[in-house]
Amino acid sequence: MSEGFITAAYVVAAVLFILALGGLSNQEKAKRAIWYGIVGMALAVAATIVATSDSPGIGLIAALVVIGGIAGSVVANRVQMTQMPELVAGFHSLVGLAAVFIGINADLEMTRALAAQDAGTVADLAGFAATIAQKSAVELSILKVELFLGIFIGAITFTGSIIAYGKLAGKLSSAALTLPGRHALNLIALIACLVLGYLYLDGAGLWTMIAVALIAGLIGCHLILAIGGADMPVVVSMLNSYSGWAAAAIGFTLGNDLLIVTGALVGSSGAILSYIMCKGMNRSFVSVILGGWGGETQSAAAVDGEMIAADADAVALAVADADSVIIVPGYGMAVAQAQASVSALTKKLRDQGKSVRFAIHPVAGRLPGHMNVLLAEAKVPYDIVLEMEEINDDFPSTDVVIVIGANDIVNPAAQDDPGSPIAGMPVLEVWKSRQVFVCKRGRGTGYSGIENPLFFKDNTRMFYGDAKASMDALLRELG
Amino acid sequence: MKIGAPKETAPGEARVALTPESAGRLQKLGYECIVESGAGTAASITDEAFEAAGVEVVASAADLWKNADVIVKVREPSADEIDAAPDGKILIGFIWPASNEALLEKMKARHMSVLAMDMVPRISRAQKMDALSSMANIAGYRAVIEAGNNFGRFFMGQMTAAGKVPPARVLVVGAGVAGLAAIGTSVALGAITMAFDVRPEVAEQIESMGAEFVFLDFEDDDDNRQTDGAETGGYAAPSSPEFREKQLEKFRELAPEVDIVITTALIPNRPAPELWTEDMVEAMKPGSVIVDLAAERGGNCTLTRADEKIVTDNDVTIIGYTDFPSRMATQSSNLYANNIRHMLDDLTPDKDGTPVIDMDDDVIRGTLVTHQGEITWPPPAPKVKAIASAAPKKKEPEETAGEKTAREAAELRKSLNRTGLMLGVGGLLCLGLGFVAPPSFMQHFIVFVLSVFVGYHVIWGVAHSLHTPLMAITNAISSIIIVGALLQVGSGSSPVMILAAISILVASVNIFGGFLVTRRMLAMFQRS
Repeated sequence: MSEGFITAAYVVAAVLFILALGGLSNQEKAKRAIWYGIVGMALAVAATIVATSDSPGIGLIAALVVIGGIAGSVVANRVQMTQMPELVAGFHSLVGLAAVFIGINADLEMTRALAAQDAGTVADLAGFAATIAQKSAVELSILKVELFLGIFIGAITFTGSIIAYGKLAGKLSSAALTLPGRHALNLIALIACLVLGYLYLDGAGLWTMIAVALIAGLIGCHLILAIGGADMPVVVSMLNSYSGWAAAAIGFTLGNDLLIVTGALVGSSGAILSYIMCKGMNRSFVSVILGGWGGETQSAAAVDGEMIAADADAVALAVADADSVIIVPGYGMAVAQAQASVSALTKKLRDQGKSVRFAIHPVAGRLPGHMNVLLAEAKVPYDIVLEMEEINDDFPSTDVVIVIGANDIVNPAAQDDPGSPIAGMPVLEVWKSRQVFVCKRGRGTGYSGIENPLFFKDNTRMFYGDAKASMDALLRELG
Repeated sequence: MKIGAPKETAPGEARVALTPESAGRLQKLGYECIVESGAGTAASITDEAFEAAGVEVVASAADLWKNADVIVKVREPSADEIDAAPDGKILIGFIWPASNEALLEKMKARHMSVLAMDMVPRISRAQKMDALSSMANIAGYRAVIEAGNNFGRFFMGQMTAAGKVPPARVLVVGAGVAGLAAIGTSVALGAITMAFDVRPEVAEQIESMGAEFVFLDFEDDDDNRQTDGAETGGYAAPSSPEFREKQLEKFRELAPEVDIVITTALIPNRPAPELWTEDMVEAMKPGSVIVDLAAERGGNCTLTRADEKIVTDNDVTIIGYTDFPSRMATQSSNLYANNIRHMLDDLTPDKDGTPVIDMDDDVIRGTLVTHQGEITWPPPAPKVKAIASAAPKKKEPEETAGEKTAREAAELRKSLNRTGLMLGVGGLLCLGLGFVAPPSFMQHFIVFVLSVFVGYHVIWGVAHSLHTPLMAITNAISSIIIVGALLQVGSGSSPVMILAAISILVASVNIFGGFLVTRRMLAMFQRS
């Protein structure tokens, strides 16, 4: 098959991928955009298979794709919307793994190609090995650098994503692991990788790359283990970015522009998402990656006062009297699977002619946009789901705010208390409304472990209990 | 231990300190409750209702004082009651220690532990037992109702077939608890409500209740400025003579317009300030009503007579009742009994029916006036400040047009400098790379850099709410790495083939899984 045909297919695929990402600018276009992505992917895979159709593996390839496809579909259809964060993290690990394998393969092929050059049997080589055999010495060095990068990033993505999956799925403790001298450990591991990479350039052979993969894997584990649960949105989008860069590095290795383009798109997308998340928490990217809330912050001001509890009928009374209600969901809603009950509540109140809106903080939940997806699943119309900047000014004119399983994102200490670890983080100003109900399992603090003065405010009432049970009780009270 | 509520002995007092409901809660704390027969009658609570709630009804006050360990009351006990009381009881009620020193001595002699409900500190933890606030709330409500009862027109404006009715205009002076309750009631009845207070920080609360805050045209000179309420535990302080003059001038201006005036201005430990003078009353329209909630302390209106309703020569009714809460005895008994119940809640940390007087507890210490044969009033200053002092507001100086242009120019220059620096560094790096790298690499490099730029611009356009689908779809398309594996799987070497085959497998899991999940998510986004 002609080189030109493949290039043309790749160009079309690349354009389709760009359209797919661009289409996510609004909900209606997005439904079409996904098809661009699917068609682009199909086109790229088909063109590649056709291009290599002279090789014997076509049956094997088809079988593998079908098996993988079925497995992927089953997982995708079974997964609950609340499990989306761990699913996405898990999927990232697959890309990382593939990048490591392909990188190692490239080295094996290179060795073969060089051996063939020495033996004068270059003509017998097929596929990738044949391309390599034509490369000059400088090109081979660059190839080795790219290969090193691909394996390094791929391995970090692989193990990091598995740890992130474990933490999000609750299989690992979500608390930040802080080993003594953890920065030094990371640094030593990084230097070891660089030394191995240098040895590899010097011609040390495959073992150096396998060692890099292992060490980078350890770095990935350790990095993500050191990051606490509240920073998970950043971690997931960062891994997303890494999986893109790994693909781009492999694209360089293979000299494949489609991989480069796609990798760069995904890489920059993940990087921007991480940036948005970090800004939502007023933290620098570096401090998130290096783990944990800093231990050296000033002590936060003690909160005095008392949390006053309210029961379902008190909440129902206040809600029944209210004209405007804003609901602030957080991770607790996802944990309790309360979105359907929240949706039913929304519908009931809207049918009574009340204005009901949702306020979504950029870092609510464990994944960028997590809350939007859950609410959409529960059929809450998306035009009443607003982001922080859109709704923050409306709180003073709101009668009742119901906070469901959110804590740090509604913490007034971020604005009032310069000593608080979250000082300066943008928060939803729920306390400016007339009445706030906080639906919460118990008196404990949120993920950041910070006391929340909101709970002690005069216009705040605590509505203790599991989010779903509480919402159902509220629905019953509203009759 | 037993908690007992005697019948109030003060004339006209209809409230009672125990209700069947609060008794139920107290029983859960481990106490037994007793009540004097007929104690609740004036508040429409029968002895049978008490008995039904498991409260023992005793025939006489003497029996009650003998049997109960904790006596709960509304008004301070009379000298006779104390004389008749056995030693060593705990007494909870309104005591007013500042004006009842003789009584304190008597109670001391009886070795009573006395908790004064009027001394509950104003901190948020103690709000649930703040009986002054709950009674003031009732007084504020009742004041509006009494005013309406004596006012010959509607509160709410109406357009009827018989003609137009203008709304009543109500002025509330002093926006404490009672004032705010009056504002709320008056607004709910449909009157045009204005309110005034010397503490500027309550303007927001007044407006939040739906009333209009009456502003004074007063030079904002710091010496004359109203004191910050936080310094005085949330109460008003006396104002300067200049300020008072301005205030009276404003009231004089409003007097002919308003139909109903409700005054609630009180300053702790002082006679009520005189705010509504005789000439203002004369300026009011016939049929207008003044309700003076400060009557007990001399009244805010010059003509007020405590406990009386008078009608002036120009037909203005002035109501000076001092027993508004008692006039709504059922409601006020209910709230007061709840305040008492909360107090006992704090006194009984172990819920075992044994009160513990903890001298380290700010609230209990602040309330305690006599204990173990000592007078413990006045209490030391509480450790916690009543209200967090408001951070001084920073004044943002208005920038002039010139300053604005200068600032914008500086910002532009700064961002240009930064962009220039980054472009310069980036360009140099590229050039350096171009020196060493072969052309085949540079070709791919161009593609890479351009794609990063395209990605950057496209991703910023993605809607916030679609960030999760964005991650799912980028995850799906990052499995384009399958192309690399496809190119390698045809290799002759078996380890390469095996690794490539595994890569194809996992990448296809990712392709199908990623796209399907994205589709599932996007299908859920629906417009209403």
